[in-house]
Amino acid sequence: MWQQLYSELKDKNFMVVAVAEESRGADHARQWIEAAKSDYWQLVDVEHRLEDLYNLVNVPQAVWIDEQGKIVRPPETAGSTDHFRRMDLKTRTMSPEDQAARLAARAAYLQAVRDWVTTGKFALDDDQVRARLPEVTPQIAEARARFRLGVWLRLNGDPVEGDRQMDEASALHPESWSMWRQAADLDEVGKASGPDFWERVKALGDKPYYPAPDL
Amino acid sequence: MTTILTATSEYSVETRNGLWMKAADAEKVTGWALKPEGMCRDDLCVPLPPGAVSGGEVDVAAFWRRLGGPAVANKDGDVWALGTPADERNAQLQGLEAPDFALPDIDGKERRLSELRGKKVFLATWASW
Repeated sequence: MWQQLYSELKDKNFMVVAVAEESRGADHARQWIEAAKSDYWQLVDVEHRLEDLYNLVNVPQAVWIDEQGKIVRPPETAGSTDHFRRMDLKTRTMSPEDQAARLAARAAYLQAVRDWVTTGKFALDDDQVRARLPEVTPQIAEARARFRLGVWLRLNGDPVEGDRQMDEASALHPESWSMWRQAADLDEVGKASGPDFWERVKALGDKPYYPAPDL
Repeated sequence: MTTILTATSEYSVETRNGLWMKAADAEKVTGWALKPEGMCRDDLCVPLPPGAVSGGEVDVAAFWRRLGGPAVANKDGDVWALGTPADERNAQLQGLEAPDFALPDIDGKERRLSELRGKKVFLATWASW
């Protein structure tokens, strides 16, 4: 997904780290990772540890980190848009206008990454990053613990109790699409984008599924 | 034996009545050691809640909740997860140093974010689902 960007910028002290939030594990992620033919890091995160550490709620989200290891942009949507919400579900197609707008938004985001790497533009100052970091609440912290427990139970032969823990995690942290969709996927591949998913998306109303990054 | 999941590890420990365990096991699981002042890590000691220590054993669930962290269990009570307290997460993120982590690639080779110090890093998630 990021190979072209990485190829362009790899000689400029730049690295891409792509993390698969994939509780089914490396063997499940392998087909996509091999198809990407990437030479940046492709890592597999069975427990969604990165989402816990960085307070993430969906994929794709990205964090920009500078040469000193400092966060210069908080978690934000990495090039995806909400145009998919208007697609024709029978044909799985978007209108030409939406398709064009979607590609333009993605191109603008990738250009921002390029500008950051080459000129430093779009890096936020410390106070701006802090103000934009979403707060971890005690409910979110408990949701993460229950999600971790649920994944473990799922992988260790107790799917019923695993599901129950993951349901509770989603109830505690409803903004996390990753928790809900990963649980649905563990139940059955495909369920994460099935009718229940679309119902949930519809229930967002005017709220975004992929909040646009404020570049 | 009870399985205890922490942010990055998994332990198998002898417990009774919830998460009561020997002080040595409590230290192994939480990184906090039992002392007369309470549970201590480096120079910091946190007093235990009343009734959470007895005969060289510690109620780790009570201690963990005192720290502000979630301590949750499955229905049978033999698998627990101790989550990172929200305040600790927020303080770490507000400090702006990118939290370090080690994760494997598809061949099992571990990579650590801090190996990339000196480079700009675009850290992005994806999923098949």
